[in-house]
Amino acid sequence: MERIPILRMGKLLLVTIQVDMHDRLAMTLQDDLTSRISALGARGVLLDISSLDIVDSFIGRMISNIASMARVLDAETVVVGMQPAVAITLVELGLSLPGVRTALNVEKGMALLQALTADADDVAEDDDDVAPFTAEQGDGRTAG
Amino acid sequence: MTDPSSSNSLGAVARVVAEHRDDLLAEWVAAQSGVRGASAAEARRQATEFLGLLQPALATGATSPDARAFDAVRGFLGDLSRSRAVDGFSPSETATFVFSLKEPLFRRLRADAATADALADSVWAATRLLDALGLYTTEVHQRGREELIQRQQADMLELSTPVVALWDGVLALPMIGTLDSSRTQVVMETLLQRIVETGADIAIIDITGVPTVDTLTAQHLLKTVTAARLMGADCIISGIRPQIAQTIVHLGVDLGNVTTKASLADAFRLALQRTGRTVTKVAAGAAGAAGAAAPASASTRS
Amino acid sequence: MAVLRAESMPVRTAQDVVLVRQEVRAWAVAQGLGLVDQTKIITAASELARNTVDYGGGGTVRLEALQDGLRKGLRLTFEDQGPGIADIGLALTDGYTTGNGMGLGLSGSKRLVNEFDLWSEPGKGTRVTVTRWK
Repeated sequence: MERIPILRMGKLLLVTIQVDMHDRLAMTLQDDLTSRISALGARGVLLDISSLDIVDSFIGRMISNIASMARVLDAETVVVGMQPAVAITLVELGLSLPGVRTALNVEKGMALLQALTADADDVAEDDDDVAPFTAEQGDGRTAG
Repeated sequence: MTDPSSSNSLGAVARVVAEHRDDLLAEWVAAQSGVRGASAAEARRQATEFLGLLQPALATGATSPDARAFDAVRGFLGDLSRSRAVDGFSPSETATFVFSLKEPLFRRLRADAATADALADSVWAATRLLDALGLYTTEVHQRGREELIQRQQADMLELSTPVVALWDGVLALPMIGTLDSSRTQVVMETLLQRIVETGADIAIIDITGVPTVDTLTAQHLLKTVTAARLMGADCIISGIRPQIAQTIVHLGVDLGNVTTKASLADAFRLALQRTGRTVTKVAAGAAGAAGAAAPASASTRS
Repeated sequence: MAVLRAESMPVRTAQDVVLVRQEVRAWAVAQGLGLVDQTKIITAASELARNTVDYGGGGTVRLEALQDGLRKGLRLTFEDQGPGIADIGLALTDGYTTGNGMGLGLSGSKRLVNEFDLWSEPGKGTRVTVTRWK
C-alpha cells in the first residue's frame, strides 16, 4: 500500500505531501504520523504542502487533525509552502485552519520549529527529569 | 426561412461566377481601387483567392453562408478581416471588399437571367449571401477589437500594481486609484505571488492613493491579509485617511486584528521592528567630511 | 450560449473524487481559466464530489465546456439519487454539517463559483450545478 514518507531530522519529523491524496492515504498518514511522533518523542512536525495545488475541506480537516493530535503528544506542527491560489481559495471557502501555524517555506518553518522547541533541547537526556524552566530563556512560555 | 427557389437562384450565381470569373475579377478589383491602402496587387490577390474559394462553395449547392461548404470562404474572410484590422482598416472598408462584388455580379446576373422573376430571385439570393459574408467580416473585426481591449486591460492591471521590496523580507504595495473587484483580485494574486518569490515576512499595503473604500474593497483587502497569514506572512495596512477610517466604521467592516498604520513610514518602522531590526542614527560628522555636507545616515543593524 | 463539449463521469468512490479533480482541472485549463479560477472550481468540484459519495450514495457528474460570446466557462452538475437534503436553507449555512466535516461543503462551494444551483428532494435525490466563468 502506498504511504507518504515521513523523514526524521533530530527530534523533528518532516512530511512532504506530493500526491493527490485520496481518503485512505490521508487516514494512513495521520496514523503513521501519530505513531512516529509517539515513538520518537518528536517535538515538532513540519508539513510541506508546497506541491499541493488543491486543498479542500477534507485535506484542511486532515491538516487540523494532524496539528491537534501532535499537540496532544506535545509536538508543534508548522505547515509550509501553501501556494497563493490555495490560500485565496481557502479564504473564500471559509477555512481558517485554526490552531495551525504556518510559514512560507521549509527554511522558515524549520526556524520557527527550532524556536518553538528550543527549550526542550536544553532538557537533559533523561526524560524522567524535566528541567525547570529558567528565566534566561525568557521566550514567554510557561513551563510544563 | 425557406425560399423554394433559392437553390435555383444561388445556382444562377454559381453559374455566373464559374463562367465569368475573370471578368468579374477584373471589374471587382477596379471597383476597389478607390479604397484606401489596398494596393492594386494586394486587392487582386485577395479577390482572386476569394473567388477561388467561393466558386466551389457555390457549386456544392449549399444555400446558407453558415453551411460547411462555406467554411473555407468564411475562414478566408476571417483572416482578411483580422489582418486588415491590424493594418488599420475600418470595419466598413473591409466589408466593402465583399459588397463591391455585388455590382459586377448583378450585371452578369442580368445578362444571364431568362425572366424578370428569375433575375429578381437570383439578385436576392446573391444579396443575402454577400450581405451575410460582409457582415461576417464586421463581426470578426469587432471580436478582434474586443480581444485587444481585454489584453490591454490586463496589461494595465499588471502595470498599475507594482510590488516593491522595501527591505529584506518587507514588501510594499502602494495602491493608487479606485479599487474595483477585478483589480483588487489581480492585486491580491500578484502580492501573494511576490511574497512567495521573495520569502517576505511582511507586506505593507498602502492605500494612501485610494480615494474611497467600499464594503467590497474592504472585504477584498481583508481576504488578502487572511490569505497572506495562511501562507505564513503578515500584512500591515497603511495610509488610511480619516475619511476612509470613518467609512470603514460606518460600513461595519471588522478589521479584526489586522494592524493598521496611518502612514507608510509608520508601517515600515513597525515592519522593521517585527523583523528584528532597528534604525539608528550615526553620530553627525562620523560619516564622511565635517560640516553640513555630512548627512545623518540611517543604517540598520539586524 | 453554447455548450462546446459535454461528458459524464461516475462519482461513486474515493478514487472517483481524485479522478474528478483531475478531469475538472484538464477542462478548466482547456477553457483558459486562470490559475486562481482553476483552483476554485477544482476545489468546489472536490467538495461536491465528496458530498455525492459520502451523503448521496454515489452518483454522477456532468462536465460542460461553455461559450457565451467571448466568455468561456465550465459548468459541473453533480447528481445523485440519495436521501436528499431536508432543509436546504440550513444546509447552505456556514458550519452546518451532518457528518464530522467542517460543514463547508455546500456553502463554501457556493462562494467559489459564479453560478450555483441546488435542487434536492428528501427521498429522491440531489442535484447541484455550479459554473465558473473565465
